[in-house]
Amino acid sequence: MFLKKYIQDIWGAVKSLATGMKRTGYYFTHHKEIITQQYPDNRDTLVLPERFKGEVVMIHDENNEHACTGCTACELACPNATIKIITKFDVDAETGKKKKAIDTFVYHLELCTMCNLCVEACPTGAIKMAQTFEHSVFDRSQLTKTLNKPGSKIRAGVE
Amino acid sequence: MWSLSNIAANIDLWLNEQVGATWAVVLEMVIAGVAVIGLFATLGLVLVIMERKVSAWMQIRLGPNRVGPKGMFQSLADTLKLLVKEGMTPGGADKLLFNVAPFVAMIVAMLLLAPLAFAKDFQLWDLNIGVLYISAVSSISVISILMAGWASNNKYSLLGAMRSGAQIVSYELSAGLAVLAIVVLTGSLRISDIIQAQENGWWLFKGHIPAIIAFIIFIIAVTAETNRAPFDMAEAESELTAGFHTEYSGMKFALFFLAEYANVFIVCAIGATLFLGGWMPFHIGNWTAFNGVMDWIPSSIWFFGKTFALIFLIMWFRWTFPRLRIDQLLNLEWKYLLPISMFNLLLVTLIAIMGWHF
Amino acid sequence: MFEEVGTTTEGDLIINMGPQHPATHGVLHLVVTLNGETIKNVEPHLGYIHRSIEKMCESLTYRQFIYVTSRMDYLSAHINNHACAMCVEKGLQLEVPPRAQVIRVLMDELTRIASHELWWGAMAMDLGAFTPFFHAFRERESINDIMEETCGARLTMNYMVPGGVMHDLHPNFQRRVKDFLQLYKSKVHEYDEMVTGNVIFQNRMKGVGIISAEDAISYGCTGPVARGSGVSCDVRKHYPYEIYDKLQFDEILETGCDSFARYMVRVREMNQSISIIEQLIDNIPEGDFQAKTKAVLKLPKGEFYSKAETARGELGVYIVSEGGTTPYRIKFRSPGFSNLSILNRMAKGGKIGDLIAAMGTLDLVIPDIDR
Repeated sequence: MFLKKYIQDIWGAVKSLATGMKRTGYYFTHHKEIITQQYPDNRDTLVLPERFKGEVVMIHDENNEHACTGCTACELACPNATIKIITKFDVDAETGKKKKAIDTFVYHLELCTMCNLCVEACPTGAIKMAQTFEHSVFDRSQLTKTLNKPGSKIRAGVE
Repeated sequence: MWSLSNIAANIDLWLNEQVGATWAVVLEMVIAGVAVIGLFATLGLVLVIMERKVSAWMQIRLGPNRVGPKGMFQSLADTLKLLVKEGMTPGGADKLLFNVAPFVAMIVAMLLLAPLAFAKDFQLWDLNIGVLYISAVSSISVISILMAGWASNNKYSLLGAMRSGAQIVSYELSAGLAVLAIVVLTGSLRISDIIQAQENGWWLFKGHIPAIIAFIIFIIAVTAETNRAPFDMAEAESELTAGFHTEYSGMKFALFFLAEYANVFIVCAIGATLFLGGWMPFHIGNWTAFNGVMDWIPSSIWFFGKTFALIFLIMWFRWTFPRLRIDQLLNLEWKYLLPISMFNLLLVTLIAIMGWHF
Repeated sequence: MFEEVGTTTEGDLIINMGPQHPATHGVLHLVVTLNGETIKNVEPHLGYIHRSIEKMCESLTYRQFIYVTSRMDYLSAHINNHACAMCVEKGLQLEVPPRAQVIRVLMDELTRIASHELWWGAMAMDLGAFTPFFHAFRERESINDIMEETCGARLTMNYMVPGGVMHDLHPNFQRRVKDFLQLYKSKVHEYDEMVTGNVIFQNRMKGVGIISAEDAISYGCTGPVARGSGVSCDVRKHYPYEIYDKLQFDEILETGCDSFARYMVRVREMNQSISIIEQLIDNIPEGDFQAKTKAVLKLPKGEFYSKAETARGELGVYIVSEGGTTPYRIKFRSPGFSNLSILNRMAKGGKIGDLIAAMGTLDLVIPDIDR
């Protein structure tokens, strides 16, 4: 009886090991199952999900105009003080009225956690998340970015 | 016909003509030494890339694919990196033992090459106690691991070395008994005799079930002896980080690494020699035409083919199984493998005495 | 009941396992007292990844603090956010639209599967089998792809906002989840072939790392660790939140009390999560994905507590509000911390290999323990 159990143990053990080896052997011979994703060198054809949160950018149209009013809602919404908005007062040439506008939209990528709260908070849809993913630079100062392009101004009609 | 033994004979002849018998022997030794070192370097490169590709494909990965065609030069690049790396010696280490240990590991592996027959009539030293020599020398390899583990002055290394000591001493037994089965069947310890005895069929097929059991036990035991998973107690990276070579870096680490692969190659070559007929081609009874075709394939191809098939088997184990616990490892040896191989040896002896084998 | 910290005697070997060690899955530092290979005492040292998340949260508004909690138990980031969002909603007495509830539950269960997949692979890797890790990542990757498409990130999604979820589901969501279900079902038998049925694995797991039911309760273990000892503690069953009370699923209980029982609980839990997803994926109600909230959230003065079942156990969120825009005090009851406390008791007397196996079945995420 002892001997029977002894042999049964060995048989069961060998069988379970062979099952595992059959599985790895299957994958060894079936290369179409390979799931490795290579580094995205195919930058031209690469499609990332549109909601992918890579970095905050400001949307500019073809006239170099954006929709940022400088209301600092994003600055308040940001948990890490990633965004700093410096405002100025534009003087309207015709009416002579002063109007608040952004001077620089400073964005600290090194502090950003891509939480998307600023984009949610923006009342005019001026900023969005871009699908970039290679953020490494040689100097930390390069990560502090100005989001509004030089010479850009607020689109007419955006309040 | 082109063969390694012809080349060797021609070189011998030419040297004897040129420099005389004494200097010819000296030069031949130098050539053999250089050839062994060259073989080891090549084996290291080939086996590392083979292991990486085998593991990658089993793990549904691509494996190395950047250096050279399909990543085939990856191990060369790794070697270059290891060569230029600083070989650190930790502060509290026993400097002599620490630095000597990797060389001991390599020397043991090189010594084991001597009695192996790589092709027909192509052997460094066909001594009459070849099998005994192999089991004697291979048990020295534990010394290098113990040296490395002790001298590192690291608790992980020490634990790994102690595990390895217990493991190799235990598994020597069943490996020895499995080898003894073939010695009993052949009636000789000489490697060339053992290969010659398999002219009309390999021992794996001629020796009935006992030979197959001996073969399985041999494979398990040598996997344990070379510290390969699932018996990689000495390294056990999830438990002991890297075991006995935790403190090694650079070329000293590379020598351990190389010695591990060289040992794998050697034990597989021994397995191929004893159970699969070494360089003997595959023959079936009296199928003359088939046997003729088989004879046409060079004997070195047969030897390396069989060896690499066994190496693949051992790699297959490694990338499939979880690791055993140290007490389970010793239980497996003393409660299962040793009784089975002793009983098996009796069976083989019976078969040999009664002449039941083919 | 709680034994004293073991004393060291002459001849004991003390090794510092960690903070950098392959088996501690992060920066856990274990001071292990050994007698040969046998473990006499294990003393976890924490604090290597303490980021004072609780204190940080006190200076963030109720909208902002949710994202920080993704960094606690990053493998079930979504469920952490969920618990926090629920606590804020409790304070605001906010009704979450049915669609948002279903989306939250779907995402929770996907996260749970992804977390268990990673644990399964890491468990096998702790025991020395490397291949299952990569096979587990095949399924996990497809969950991460679903997350990336809908939430915009793969690991720390920050998909929860008080009152619902941040975006609506991606149009591809249902199709991709169904693809995932199909993939999972075609591959799940491989888990048994490669790991569960393997004789080496079973011998390593069975009968080691024993946690009795009494110990599990007295040490405050929750989640699969307690359920492996037969302690019924699933928050989804006992204190159902969102729509869990309307769903058909079983609380997995194993009575083995050993490492293998905890392993089986998690493997079977994955199948339960799959069944929950199957019930919901074709029945996502139409409607808003987010309740209307004010721009600035202010919780009334008081104390609020809510809990959720993460992949590791019960996560409790306790908010004390003084009526302002930021919490006065936040306390997280993280499952990993309580589960770790039993490590010494379960590993004592075993071998080093048993300690690794036992630690693997606790499914520790170190940032969750330290916070």
